[in-house]
Amino acid sequence: MKKLIKRYAAFIILLILNIAIVIFFPSIGMSSVKITWDNTLEMLSVVPPIFILLGLLDVWVSKESMIKIMGEKSKYIGIAIAFLLGSAAAGPLYAAFPVAGMLMKKGSKFSNVLIFIGAWSTTKVPMLLFEASSMGWKFTLLRLGIDLFVIAAIAYITEKLMKKDEIAELYERAENMD
Amino acid sequence: MFTIILYALTAALLTLSFIKNRKKTKMALKKAWKAFENILPQFLSILLIIGMMLSVLDAKTISSLIGENSGWTGVIILGIVGSITLIPGFVAFPLAASLLRSGAGYMQMAAFISTLMMVGVVTLPLEIKYFGKKAAFIRNGLAFVFSFAIAAVIGVVLG
Repeated sequence: MKKLIKRYAAFIILLILNIAIVIFFPSIGMSSVKITWDNTLEMLSVVPPIFILLGLLDVWVSKESMIKIMGEKSKYIGIAIAFLLGSAAAGPLYAAFPVAGMLMKKGSKFSNVLIFIGAWSTTKVPMLLFEASSMGWKFTLLRLGIDLFVIAAIAYITEKLMKKDEIAELYERAENMD
Repeated sequence: MFTIILYALTAALLTLSFIKNRKKTKMALKKAWKAFENILPQFLSILLIIGMMLSVLDAKTISSLIGENSGWTGVIILGIVGSITLIPGFVAFPLAASLLRSGAGYMQMAAFISTLMMVGVVTLPLEIKYFGKKAAFIRNGLAFVFSFAIAAVIGVVLG
């Protein structure tokens, strides 16, 4: 029980704050409740399949096969798969981190995990269609083109700046996540 | 549409898994629940923070923040706003389009959209949980810097 309260401490404090806002600034408070509700519904609509796929991946895909397709020696194939996996995603970026943790647990190369995160954040196909309809194709395609390089650059620079044992520690942590 | 595909794919794989091995499927579902419950506190906190933030930072406030600053000042202001806020795409793009109509430039919108997507101050605690402090800070820092480069290129080409 104590552990549960500790885990949810930040949430409880935020909830109290939100209730206080509703009481003292009703118009801002009500609009925040509405936005939170809308976002919760959006999250609930995409999150269940993502986590079920995560569970299936954990059970059915062996570490060996994951290392083969996204591991240290996977080269361009690993990069391509990381891009495709992230781009095919649905859902907010914060849902991507548990998936990234799973990829690490299964032995994906760190830069590929970072490419996956980058792709999930900026080159998601469903979002591109939406972006084009409000910003125009020129803006969207230009941004997409630049972002592909930027995602790769961020992934490589981040990996280079990390020491080998720091990355090893993160992988150990991912392994013991559950 | 994509949500439907996602559900169909999940249902198909789950059925296949169930036919092949019931025990393993049960284990997968257990793991799915555990992984979800593991980050549920962070998810709930993020949802509340987004709600409170967006109720204050609406389109009118953001557009008044840029005000007359249509040049690099506007780019920097929107880059920072984009970094600290977390707006779902279906809200962000119409918002950006309306800001464009009210006089902001493509360069400012590029900074806004890029930081919005790639830099996540609100989700940093969650990111640190999986990537550690160092990698999370480096990734967000690089994403912030690169967002301005993206804005510059888009500003030159479309501006």
